[in-house]
Amino acid sequence: MDLVANILIGAMISATPLLLAASGELVTERAGVLNLGVEGMMIVGAIAGFSAMIATRSIPLALLAAVAAGAVMAALFGVLVLTLRANQVASGLALTMFGLGLSALWGQSYSGLSAPAFPHLYIPGLTDLPLVGELLFGHDLLIYVSLAVVALVAWVLRRTHIGLVLRAIGENHDAAHAIGYPVIAFRYLATMFGGAMAGLGGAYLSLVVTPLWVERMTAGRGWIALALVVFAAWRPWRVLLGAYLFGGITVLQLHSQALGVKVDAQLLAMLPYVATIAVLVLISRDTMRLRLNAPACLGKPFHAIT
Amino acid sequence: MLSRLGQCAAGVLLAATAAAALAVGPPALAQSKTKVSFVYVGPIGDHGWSYQHHQGLLAIKAAFGDQVETSYVENVPEGPDAERVVDQLAATGSNIIFTTSFGFMNPTAKVAARYPNVKFEHATGFKQAPNLATYDARFYEGRHVIGLIAGKMTKTNIVGYIGSFPIPEVVMGINSAFLAAKSVNPNVKFKVVWVSTWFDPGKEAAAAKTLVDQGADILMQHTDSPAPVKYAEEKGIYAFGQASDMEKFGPNAQLTAIVDNWNPYYLRRVREVIDGTWKSGAVWAGMKEGTVVMSPWSKKIPPDVVALAEKAREAIKAGTLHPFTGPINKQDGTPWLKAGETAPDKDLASMNFYVEGMEGALPK
Repeated sequence: MDLVANILIGAMISATPLLLAASGELVTERAGVLNLGVEGMMIVGAIAGFSAMIATRSIPLALLAAVAAGAVMAALFGVLVLTLRANQVASGLALTMFGLGLSALWGQSYSGLSAPAFPHLYIPGLTDLPLVGELLFGHDLLIYVSLAVVALVAWVLRRTHIGLVLRAIGENHDAAHAIGYPVIAFRYLATMFGGAMAGLGGAYLSLVVTPLWVERMTAGRGWIALALVVFAAWRPWRVLLGAYLFGGITVLQLHSQALGVKVDAQLLAMLPYVATIAVLVLISRDTMRLRLNAPACLGKPFHAIT
Repeated sequence: MLSRLGQCAAGVLLAATAAAALAVGPPALAQSKTKVSFVYVGPIGDHGWSYQHHQGLLAIKAAFGDQVETSYVENVPEGPDAERVVDQLAATGSNIIFTTSFGFMNPTAKVAARYPNVKFEHATGFKQAPNLATYDARFYEGRHVIGLIAGKMTKTNIVGYIGSFPIPEVVMGINSAFLAAKSVNPNVKFKVVWVSTWFDPGKEAAAAKTLVDQGADILMQHTDSPAPVKYAEEKGIYAFGQASDMEKFGPNAQLTAIVDNWNPYYLRRVREVIDGTWKSGAVWAGMKEGTVVMSPWSKKIPPDVVALAEKAREAIKAGTLHPFTGPINKQDGTPWLKAGETAPDKDLASMNFYVEGMEGALPK
């Protein structure tokens, strides 16, 4: 049973960078902005968090730096696509390339340094419970933050006025503008929230998972996060399901290998992608509802007609 | 949605092309200079495999100065993209191109056939041509030494091994380390986890956690990032650095590292290109030639184990010890080497089986 708990803990660790980045991107896309620069924002968040941790030895400051760096990257993207109305796909790709280059440059003097250990939750009594203790009450703090982010995103989008306006802007920016909502301002905020969460996801890799700085350490997770948003049909709880499924199967296949289960490693390596896509496509298979869920103005530039 | 995904894919390709083109730079202006190019599978900042090859490029620059012009492309995926990158380097005036990962073999061979006047060198492969040489290192010699240390120092008798892909180079490393560990500790077991990547610090750390969860107290890796060594440091267990000295990532964890020292080979080959004496061939160098080097022993290794490791290292250098010396059976019990027989290179270069005593199936 310890093994099961270990697998679940490993799954949550593997899933959390994806979950954070995908939750952020979901908000961005719900507002009608397609930001393909998630990978770039993640990696800049990773080095920003790591370098701030080295400089200040303070976890709140390190996380703040990661969030701010991601948001600044996203704001840069916002200037290009929202203010200057550049093509979103091309600008997003450029943002990724920029982020990878910038982080490599920034990180040159940080490789080989060690960040202090990241604190884990410890509640006397509860964390010591057998089996479930560590699984429920013993994670690093960012795992709880990531779950709170999903809940918050789901609640705001569905239950609040701000969420309603945000969705309206993503569905039909002209109508939202006509009623008097500030389309561009909302989109800036949504994009920056996406960047902030991507930065935090990157910092989770450099501060908690590994914890070290190596160039390109996000290794494509930004792209997986982007795919999760689409396959989860722009729904927060499905993003959670998708991310945990992906992380879970990744870790499960590692464990099954170590246990000596006879399955091809190549097949196992493919499994997280296949299973996650299959499950999310199945639960989102209603094409009508999928079309309704996809923000209608996704990726379209907004021109205010006065 | 489909068309958007298509656009994404096209965009990614475009971006990769642009990135590679930027890195290659303008063609050589002065043809009197010898242009030396490198293709790396990972970032030069991986502090492992690609980093170590890049040290070779830096050594070439330092040694030949104005006589050479160097360029490199990093993060080149092992696939169709590699052929384009190698082709571009050949087309823009490179005199010699080093492609430094196993997966670049076929792309390099294809491009070499198109440019008979350009010299190609492919690391760890087995396809040669008049203008395509191969070079490799006998990493398994280093694996023997770390196997001895691990066998002596494991308390749980479980050694965790993070593999990249089940290719001969990696399989022979596992077998070599296992045989050595088994020779000093009959109860030792190896748990192998394949991560299907050379470089993904997050996944390498997840694999390390998996192995530790399942009882491993010493980690070996055949992937390129220092994440497993770092993980061992956090957990207070031991690990071995891979390709490069990873001591700074695990000052307490790293017992030693198998360091690839490609510099002497690179310097010699570039000198031969300049002198016009370059010939194709296949070089497989090890500890004797100084290509495979053990980094300084950790203070955590007890003196008797250091003595054992040093004895093995010196014997391998002197040629009196071959890590694959019979009797050795394959995992299924069929005989491979008779008593006293050493493994021929061709058996090693195509090794696709575990040796007897290894648990788990080798993925094909």
